[in-house]
Amino acid sequence: MKRAVFTTRWLPILLLLPQLSIIALFFYWPAFQALRSSFYLEDPFGFGSTFVGLENYLRLFRSDEYLKTAWFTVVFSVLVTFFSLAIALLLAVKADGVIRGAKTYRTLLMWVYAVAPPVAGFITLIVFNQRWGPLTEFFALFGWDFRVRLDYFDTAFAMIVASVWKQIPVNFIFFLSGLQSIPRAIREASMIDCKSGLRRFFTVTFPLLAPTGFFLLIINITYSLFDTFGMIDTILRNNVGDNPITLVYKVYLDGFRGQDIGGSSAQSVVLMVLVLILTLFQFRLVERRIHYS
Amino acid sequence: MMAPIAMLLQMSTVPDAEIMQHGPSLSIGNQFGPNFEKAMFGSMSFSGSNSGLTMFMNSLILGVGFAIGKIVISLCAAYAIVYFRLRLATLAFWLIFTTLLLPLEVRIVPSYEVTQKLGLLNTYTGLIVPLIASATATFFFRQFFMSVPDELVEAARIDGAGPVKFFIDILVPLSRTMIAAIFIIMFVYGWNQYLWPTMIVTDESKFTLVQGIKQITQGLEGNHIPEFGRSNLLAILAILPPVAIVIFFQGWFVKGLTESDK
Repeated sequence: MKRAVFTTRWLPILLLLPQLSIIALFFYWPAFQALRSSFYLEDPFGFGSTFVGLENYLRLFRSDEYLKTAWFTVVFSVLVTFFSLAIALLLAVKADGVIRGAKTYRTLLMWVYAVAPPVAGFITLIVFNQRWGPLTEFFALFGWDFRVRLDYFDTAFAMIVASVWKQIPVNFIFFLSGLQSIPRAIREASMIDCKSGLRRFFTVTFPLLAPTGFFLLIINITYSLFDTFGMIDTILRNNVGDNPITLVYKVYLDGFRGQDIGGSSAQSVVLMVLVLILTLFQFRLVERRIHYS
Repeated sequence: MMAPIAMLLQMSTVPDAEIMQHGPSLSIGNQFGPNFEKAMFGSMSFSGSNSGLTMFMNSLILGVGFAIGKIVISLCAAYAIVYFRLRLATLAFWLIFTTLLLPLEVRIVPSYEVTQKLGLLNTYTGLIVPLIASATATFFFRQFFMSVPDELVEAARIDGAGPVKFFIDILVPLSRTMIAAIFIIMFVYGWNQYLWPTMIVTDESKFTLVQGIKQITQGLEGNHIPEFGRSNLLAILAILPPVAIVIFFQGWFVKGLTESDK
């Protein structure tokens, strides 16, 4: 806390007003609306709504389609998080090893961060083009007839590849700065104590990187849940059919296209609770980390 | 990592019919000029009211407007929270803090309804302002202000500077680097927005490039020859500004990204 502060009374209120009014209007009001309409069944033609209690929620958890989407979301998030963390860590360790090349490495990777998810989806459609996509041709060498948007598994595979590709740079930047903040003395001591590079990595470097890793874990789960929307929407291009979608996409699909406001709101609330749990978990971790240092 | 961009560029230099037959190759054709002109100035859609150039301008308005708006309101709010002892400030802090818990994607349908009620559909205000309703930047600035030495305020006071003068003449100039870093991150974030523009904007003359991507990919389907040249150039155009900024300012960017999220 600051010791020296001003005592004017009206000024801080004036300063806070713009942000607070925007938040009230576009955050609290919609969030409250979502909660409220999750207990109502809205008439699709706009003729009022009926209170149905928990009916919308029960309907969700009884719906095979919702459970299938939820299951896909879990698998998708786990795979995207695992691969983007693992590949980024590998690249960061390699970049950390070369003293001069680290910046070039970083530049080569980092631009991918700035690519919008829908553009990543666009690129996916090109590299997996049915006829001549370079990756389609590559997989054909192994006898895999890759059909994006037509085959459930292939589409999921393409989505995961694109999401991992886009998330590697963020993880890489955090891992690299984590690695570079390891004190020289510790590095040198570990060099003397342990000859095997791999063992040195797992006994010294990895534990020191663990806090960064935990933090990134949450970031990556959130990314795979929410930020992949544009990529998925571009790949599917209005024909969802039997293709894999994530929970966030379903909220949009049911609420905006299907006009099932109650069901969509209930889904929103389920996601809100999920994010809340993730965030609380993250705060606990950050707190513990401050304790350590 | 660079291969996809090189591939998109190559494909935009050869005739579309050739691409349709054989896909990307290593040869460079002479169609870049005409494709570029079509991408920038040709109309994209049925209504004919959006070209690559108008979408580019709209993206720019969204990116810059979002970044500036967010920085201004966040600077003010963070200043009020850190430099004034007020019971309201603590309450405000928590009110702002909770916005970090729920991303826009989760409350998308009700947010749309609110924006509609306020008559903000198809306006730049409706596009930009609701996106600002999260606290990320406020916390970067709060964190930064906390690390500014107290002696500065005391010195300013002795010199007779009030809270407004201190803020404008000392604190804001002092935060220049931080402001720049946040501007870059927020510009990229705003430029790359997809879901919100897709819902709020149906008037094609207000489409952004990223939002237009889906429409652009639709040009790759149908009975006619898919327009790979034009589509690829528009995709590259959508990538270029954020990528250029991130690469050019990567030092600041990395600083902003790694120091602020803790």
